[in-house]
Amino acid sequence: MKTIDAPISVGLGLKPEHFDAALSARAPGLWFEVHPENYMVDGGPRLAWLEAMRARHPLSLHGVSLSLAGEEEPDAGHLRRLAALVRRFEPALMSEHLAWSRAGGRYLPDLLPAPRSDALLRRVADRLDAVQNALGRQVAIENPSHYLRLPHAWDEAGFLRELARRSGCALLLDINNVHVSARNLGFDAGDYLDRFPAQAVAEIHLAGHTPDPVHGEALLVDSHDAPVAEAVWALYRRFVERAGPRPTLIERDDRLPPFGELMAERDRAASIAAQAAAVPA
Amino acid sequence: MNTGTFERDFLAALWADAPEQQALAAQPGFAIYRNTVRKGCIDALEANFPAVVRLVGRDWFRAAAARHASAAPPDDARLLHYGRAFPAFLAGFAPAAGLPWLPAVAMLDRLWTESHAAADAPVLSPAALARIAPEDLQALHLPPHPAARWHWFDGAPIHSIWSANRSGDAQALAALPDLPWRGEGTLLLRPAQAVTWQPLDAAGCAFLDACRRGATLGDAAVDVLGRHPDADVAALLALLLQAGAFTTPNPHATP
Repeated sequence: MKTIDAPISVGLGLKPEHFDAALSARAPGLWFEVHPENYMVDGGPRLAWLEAMRARHPLSLHGVSLSLAGEEEPDAGHLRRLAALVRRFEPALMSEHLAWSRAGGRYLPDLLPAPRSDALLRRVADRLDAVQNALGRQVAIENPSHYLRLPHAWDEAGFLRELARRSGCALLLDINNVHVSARNLGFDAGDYLDRFPAQAVAEIHLAGHTPDPVHGEALLVDSHDAPVAEAVWALYRRFVERAGPRPTLIERDDRLPPFGELMAERDRAASIAAQAAAVPA
Repeated sequence: MNTGTFERDFLAALWADAPEQQALAAQPGFAIYRNTVRKGCIDALEANFPAVVRLVGRDWFRAAAARHASAAPPDDARLLHYGRAFPAFLAGFAPAAGLPWLPAVAMLDRLWTESHAAADAPVLSPAALARIAPEDLQALHLPPHPAARWHWFDGAPIHSIWSANRSGDAQALAALPDLPWRGEGTLLLRPAQAVTWQPLDAAGCAFLDACRRGATLGDAAVDVLGRHPDADVAALLALLLQAGAFTTPNPHATP
């Protein structure tokens, strides 16, 4: 398979509606991210489509269903299929979530929370060790958005720092999730970012959110159906000014605007990252 | 806190009819998980069964899909495959009793997905078969292409109903009320990566069934003529070859 490998800066989530525009788009450091679950097929147009994309752009595989924080062990068949995609598409980045989505042989299409305990830390670190061995590469773990107060023994930034230390995993910092969770649970997003283990961050996500239809601004939903909010842009600037630029993704899954609007958000992120890079730390 | 207990409580509150009675669900944010999980399941079914959606309307479909999702959430993270049990669910769903053809239409939507996701393989061309000596043809086994799917429906014009609702073609939809009420079959194929379909008669479906079981062309012909004495097997084979329904007998050969 023909592939292109180039340094990556700011990328976009890849939607089938934008395939042609994405294929021909050119910008320094542009890359695209997909959910591997949508490409776990034996053959046919989906894989052909992704091969065409991979011939033009670096790719990131962003898994949503490994269920690392679940009670059950990750599904062995799913892991085999993921490893096959990694071998075939040689992604520049590979990521998953600190969440669960599988129980009793059923898959729940969401990123569900678990109380952060010592036992969970051991379990997720062991699983990540096995996953990274099976894939033959490092995986970045994302902080999900939170809607519930749970009896956590660890704060999230500390838990992820220790997870990275024990398992050698990288981290994916979703800044919109930090903003949404801070509002919903009542903590300071800037303070969270300042404590986040910057050296482990391999990727940043930026996305839009919406107020809950019933509870309004007191309960934000990580809906990926709106432009990146000003508050999230400010947090992004704060983080990259401290940590330096990182590969960054604009995520948009619903109420898709024209491709050019997503490219404009991409340019804004690239400009913030470039300014941060120019400032001596 | 024991994670197993936490997960059990979480799942109970996720699917409960009166979730607010569960401690977790008393927090307003819990509804977001309930809504996201349900919406994920229902959206997947809506994407996977477009002909059924057009037949019954979006609101009816999403209400039926919600029932199916809470009774049988996905068993696979590949949501493209969610709905394997949906045709059987519709067959037992009381509000669908007045639409007896609905499960069959759902089954063809499901076969479309199977064809879409099936393995790639070369198509056996009619010219390749023409190079085989006639005396060797009888003993030849032709495997159906991995992306080929077919089904014969006795007694109802399921192919026409499904095809019109799958494509949304205005002329085909307008013709549905005047359909002759008789059995129809469908053959789905994936030439050039896009799934296509065409009608296929009962003898054609039986011929492909025999080939799928591994029968030689000679045995498949005998089998078809036993069930459909009027069938023109030579014409049938020519039609299936022309459509691209077979792959090469030996994957290492280059016909």
